[in-house]
Amino acid sequence: MTPEPAAAPRRRPWRRRATPYLFLTPFFALFAIFWVYPIAYSFVLSFLNTRQRPWTLDWDFNWGRLVQDEYFWNALGNTMLILVVQVPIMLAFATLLAVAFSSDLLRFKGFFRFAFFAPLVLGAVPYSAVFRLIFNEQYGVLNYGLTAIGLPSVSWLYESTPALVTIMIAMTWRWTGYNAVILLSGLQSIPATLYEAAKIDGATGVQRFFLITIPMLRPVLLFTFVLSTIGTLQLFTEPWLITTTGPGNATETLVTYLYQQGFRSFNFGYASAIAYSVAIIAAIFSLLQIRLVGGREVER
Amino acid sequence: MKRDRLLRSLALHALLLPLALLFLAPIAWMLIAATLPNAEILAAPPTLLPGTHLAENWRDLNADLDFVRVMINSIGISIIFTSVATLIAAMTGYAFAKFRFVGRGVLFTIVIAALTIPFEVRAIPQYLLVARDMGLSNTWWAIILPWIAYPLGVFFMRQNMLSVPSDLLEAARIDGAGELRIFAQIVLPIMRPALAAVAIVLFLFQWNDYFWPLLILSQKDAYTIPVALGTLVGLTRVSWGGIMVGTAIATLPFLLLFLWLQRYFIAGITAGAVKD
Repeated sequence: MTPEPAAAPRRRPWRRRATPYLFLTPFFALFAIFWVYPIAYSFVLSFLNTRQRPWTLDWDFNWGRLVQDEYFWNALGNTMLILVVQVPIMLAFATLLAVAFSSDLLRFKGFFRFAFFAPLVLGAVPYSAVFRLIFNEQYGVLNYGLTAIGLPSVSWLYESTPALVTIMIAMTWRWTGYNAVILLSGLQSIPATLYEAAKIDGATGVQRFFLITIPMLRPVLLFTFVLSTIGTLQLFTEPWLITTTGPGNATETLVTYLYQQGFRSFNFGYASAIAYSVAIIAAIFSLLQIRLVGGREVER
Repeated sequence: MKRDRLLRSLALHALLLPLALLFLAPIAWMLIAATLPNAEILAAPPTLLPGTHLAENWRDLNADLDFVRVMINSIGISIIFTSVATLIAAMTGYAFAKFRFVGRGVLFTIVIAALTIPFEVRAIPQYLLVARDMGLSNTWWAIILPWIAYPLGVFFMRQNMLSVPSDLLEAARIDGAGELRIFAQIVLPIMRPALAAVAIVLFLFQWNDYFWPLLILSQKDAYTIPVALGTLVGLTRVSWGGIMVGTAIATLPFLLLFLWLQRYFIAGITAGAVKD
């Protein structure tokens, strides 16, 4: 449409060529200092013995300890247990919510979206404080409700399994609405004609859900799965504030352990090794997503 | 047929309404508890109506630290962070979307890769850098600087900047407008919805961030709201009323803002979730 100004370029070409780099400079200057350097230095630190001065290179000092450290394996086990139980439950719940949100049978959509989405607006610290109160054994509202309907009260914060369940409930409460909104935007990109055709062929609602919705939603489901996985791997505030990683270390996670090692014991090298183990697991899950979703797009 | 629809609609609401109330209950309880004396917060059966103890709870909140000072820190940090980080994300996204240059693919790939790296990997060297090498502990800059380069913001801005018509930019160039002027007076104004979405997400992130401020702040006067509340929750003698006032202050502005700006919230928060 626009004629090329080739005849009389008003600006010197070098200036035009420099423009994008000038726009990029602030970001990449900060990115180099606060992302690239720490990520690289953390890697180096994980091979340093920071227990003595000066810090010395010792290939096996932290990583060798890591593989034998029962507290690390406990933290990893707890994190994985939460991941394996909580993430699928939450995503199934979020998927059903998203379908309900997109249904033309539902009225007051604004209210429902607000109700399920509001938890996300709360910070992790405020809601952890509220949950610590609600789940308290003696005076928590939850136990009061349980005993009122004839169920036994539960020692939510002071027994291993209930403490883990408390963390999972808290996370589900906070993140389900967020995942539902992401899945809802995925649902909206499924062509309506697919559903109409299936309806004409006599497919029931349940059949349409499993044969159209779930397969078409797969890329977005995988995306929410990876996001939730990485989020769970970084789990810190809830176990730190709701259960204080207890009882014992039943709700210790990789990041609460990292915090203990790095900022309570000031063992920077070892904490860096823990940090990198978190990153390695996160990277594996991310690669998995790229493989699964990428592979699907090639098929199409 | 029509009756069948109505029944199914009713069933759906009957299922969803209790769940929705269950999701709102902790927030409602938080707001009510902020107005109750400690004894009533911890009483069974729970008090479900607001009380008159708000002022006393505010006093309890301030017993151990100056919460107004803490609020000023949070507000100041979040505003400075949001304005600078949004601007930088817009500049970077603009360059990626609207210019062709050597290294574009590589640089953009690096930004995307950074999205998947957990913060914890950066935490320790960054603590050493900011606290030891730069000597910035307990300052606003210690909180702001490490996050200003925010990859998700860049990704979202780039996606949106793709829709800026190149003809418009060319026309301005022919008219002799400088690149900065084009960016400030043409690109930014038409990108207002996207800027709002990014700004909301960045503000929410900074306002609620806990892990990094917890690492770098050690003086009560420098605390942000989450760090201050976190220390109160950990105390052995706990004033729950005070904590609930603090959590209400931390939360209420956003709940109202969310009600008002739902569209931008959701646009920002689902940014990048659905690939086109």
